[in-house]
Amino acid sequence: MALIDKHKIIETNGTLLMVGALLVVTVGGIVEIAPLFYLENTIEDVEGVRPYSPLELTGREIYVREGCYVCHSQMIRPMRDEVERYGHYSLAAESKYDHPFQWGSKRTGPDLARVGGRYSDAWHVDHLTNPQSVVPESVMPKYGFLAERYIEPEYIEDLLSTHRIVGVPYTDEMIELAKADFEAQADPWADTDGLLERYPGAVVSNFDGKDGITEMDALIAYMQMLGTLVDFSTFTPDASR
Amino acid sequence: MSKKEVETTGHSWDGIEELNNPLPRWWLLVWYACILWGIAYTVAMPAWPGIKSATAGVLGWSTRAEVAEKIASFEEMNAAVNAELAAADVTMIKPGSDVHSYGVNMGAAVFRANCSQCHGSGAAGNFGYPNLLDNDWLWGGTIDEVAYTIQHGVRNETDEARYSEMPKFGADELLTDEEIDQAVAFAMSLSDPEGDGTNLVGGTYDVELAAAGAEVFEYNCASCHGEDGTGDIYQGAPDLTDAIWLYGGDHDTVYDTVFNARFGVMPAWGQRLTQAEVNAAALYVHQLGGGQ
Repeated sequence: MALIDKHKIIETNGTLLMVGALLVVTVGGIVEIAPLFYLENTIEDVEGVRPYSPLELTGREIYVREGCYVCHSQMIRPMRDEVERYGHYSLAAESKYDHPFQWGSKRTGPDLARVGGRYSDAWHVDHLTNPQSVVPESVMPKYGFLAERYIEPEYIEDLLSTHRIVGVPYTDEMIELAKADFEAQADPWADTDGLLERYPGAVVSNFDGKDGITEMDALIAYMQMLGTLVDFSTFTPDASR
Repeated sequence: MSKKEVETTGHSWDGIEELNNPLPRWWLLVWYACILWGIAYTVAMPAWPGIKSATAGVLGWSTRAEVAEKIASFEEMNAAVNAELAAADVTMIKPGSDVHSYGVNMGAAVFRANCSQCHGSGAAGNFGYPNLLDNDWLWGGTIDEVAYTIQHGVRNETDEARYSEMPKFGADELLTDEEIDQAVAFAMSLSDPEGDGTNLVGGTYDVELAAAGAEVFEYNCASCHGEDGTGDIYQGAPDLTDAIWLYGGDHDTVYDTVFNARFGVMPAWGQRLTQAEVNAAALYVHQLGGGQ
């Protein structure tokens, strides 16, 4: 009991108490957080996951800007009811190129982790323009103004480079051709071989049905690929993760 | 020392001393038990990080295994009736039978999760998305036709999808402006039994233009919509003589439809749902009121 009797020393010395408290919290942090960065069973390599195409990444910026994550999560939890409703539970690898991730913390609207391909582009335009026109009970605000805002891919190379700095494996080629890829994805008549080679599974369409590329195009391009990259008919989940 | 005289800790702040009461025995025992339980728990469950992986726990529990097991157990519970539902010829499932009532309930769940976003949670449809409660069907309202539509969808990229495409009479310059005006007026007059220039949904048109449009209609529209305008379910061509308009029966909307055409799509749900779920959704939609 000799050591325990010495607590008076730290109790009467404020600075020492602070240093001691910091040490205890640091140990907790190291034990609980640090292993996630190196343990093999927390880092899963999944086939099909790729960086976002320039148009999708722009749509993602709009998603973040409009605060979609406040009402929509992108995280299907491994529970039966969620899997039955939304599809296969989300894998960590599926959001590994997300900066910042969009898991969200609350669902006022449904989860969007696998919304890609679930509805037609026209449905998305109708729904974003006036959500109540297709879902009368919805409380979602209207986002019709997105279709009026045209975007020039002026800073698209910078956007990709920034993501590269934080670890997204964009190649020099991808950054160089970002402008062309951005425009090709919203043009069904464009030559998209290169785009599809760099970003397999990218959906090419004139998403909003209008000439020119609007924020609506970008946002729908992003939503139409959400959760579609992993082929779950060939994916076998490893139970230990 | 009597019971009342407890030792102090020796600390004294402005003359206030701190009593050193011993912790209640029961509390102390519960605390020790919690420590032991905590240690045992980290042994039983996945917990301690190592060099390459974390301990898996002697019980071998995992979130993924649990959800897989749960789904499997429900699938097993319903395996027999699902198999029966999937294998059944939907036209032969008798209302009142166990398979029918199971299918209708399952179909209601499938509908709410997958169909309600377009057709509405009550199946009454929306602008551009058909109402499933009435007996007006674009592609047929018998149960096997409904099941086929759900399975393969409409105008999507699959080969089996229901497919037809109305020409863009204006945008592709197939008709002159005058002919389009005439065709629009004639199409609207089909749903105007009184012939007074106002159709069943209150849209107004020019009666004289309509009379002039009969010929345009016969050459350009009748092959799909029928000479009498009652439509053709084999081509998904809507009946133009009734008060049901998918996109609207007022003059501007009908003009837009003739000028730019419409191209409503529906996904091939057979790619996402099981055969039992497709059949269940068909049973549900068919018994909503409009099934033929």
